[in-house]
Amino acid sequence: MTPLLTCKEFLRELSDYLDESLDAEIRAKLEKHITECPNCWVIADTTRKTIQIYKGMEPYPIPDDVQDRLMKALEKKIAAREG
Amino acid sequence: MAVPTTPTGIDEATLVAQAREGDTQAFAELVRRYEGKIFRLAQHVTNNREDAEDVLQETFMKAYEHLDQFQGNSKFYTWIVRIAVNQALMKLRRRKADKSVSMDETIDTGEDTIVREIAAWGEDPEQRFSRQELGEILDTAIQSLEPPYRSVFVLRDIDDLSTEETAEALNLSVPAVKSRLLRARLQLREKLSRYFKRKGDDAFAYL
Repeated sequence: MTPLLTCKEFLRELSDYLDESLDAEIRAKLEKHITECPNCWVIADTTRKTIQIYKGMEPYPIPDDVQDRLMKALEKKIAAREG
Repeated sequence: MAVPTTPTGIDEATLVAQAREGDTQAFAELVRRYEGKIFRLAQHVTNNREDAEDVLQETFMKAYEHLDQFQGNSKFYTWIVRIAVNQALMKLRRRKADKSVSMDETIDTGEDTIVREIAAWGEDPEQRFSRQELGEILDTAIQSLEPPYRSVFVLRDIDDLSTEETAEALNLSVPAVKSRLLRARLQLREKLSRYFKRKGDDAFAYL
C-alpha cells in the first residue's frame, strides 16, 4: 500500500499534473487525492481555469503609431544594408 | 517593405528561407505575424510601454541582422522570443541600475506554496466580464507578479512555449522554470479568485 499524499505534496506536483506531464503512477495518486480532498480539488480546478483563461487571450493589435515606427525603423535598416 | 503583398498562408519555414535570400516582403510578413505577440511579451516583461516599444524594434532589427545565424532547428518564433527576452531583461537591468525600479528578486526557494483563497469558481467564470474588463483584470494580475515569475508564466502559459524552450529563452534550468511556473500559476489563481469565485461562495456577496 503506497502512502497517501499530503496536500503539500499534491501542490508540489500540481503544475505537472495540469500539464499532463506526470507518469501514470503519480498521476493516479494525485487523482485519488483530489477525490478525497475538496480543497485540493478546488485549487486544481481554479488553477486549471486560470491557465485556460490566459491561454485564450489573443494579443491586442499593436497600436498604429507603434507599428509605423517599427516599419520605418526596419525600412531604414534594410535600406542601409542594401546600401 | 511598406506594401504588404505576400500572401499570409505561406508557412513559416518558407518565409524564413525567402527572407534569408533577401526577400524583404517575406521578412515583413514574419514581422506582421509575430509583432503583436512580441509586443505583448515585451510589455509583460518590462512592465513599461516605452521600453516595450524599444524591445519590439530591437528584436526585429536584430532578427533581420542575424537572420543568417538562425539555424532552423528551433522554430523562428522561439528564436525571436529569445532575442526579445534578452532585450527586455536588459531594459529591466538598466532600470535597476537607475534605481527607478526595484528588481530585488527575492526568489523564495522554499517549497511552500501559499494558498489562501479556497473558493470554487463557476463554469466559464470569465463570461461575467466584458472582453475589455477581462483584459484589464488579467493584465493587472500579471503585472503584480515579480518579474521572474511573470516572464516564466508569459512564455509558458500565454505564448505556449514548452518548458524546455522557456528554460532556454530565460537561461534557466528546467526545474527552475517548473518551480517558478507553479508559483506564478498559484499566485494568479489567488488574484483571479477575487473576481471569478462563485457568487454564493462569497459571504459578503449580498452587500
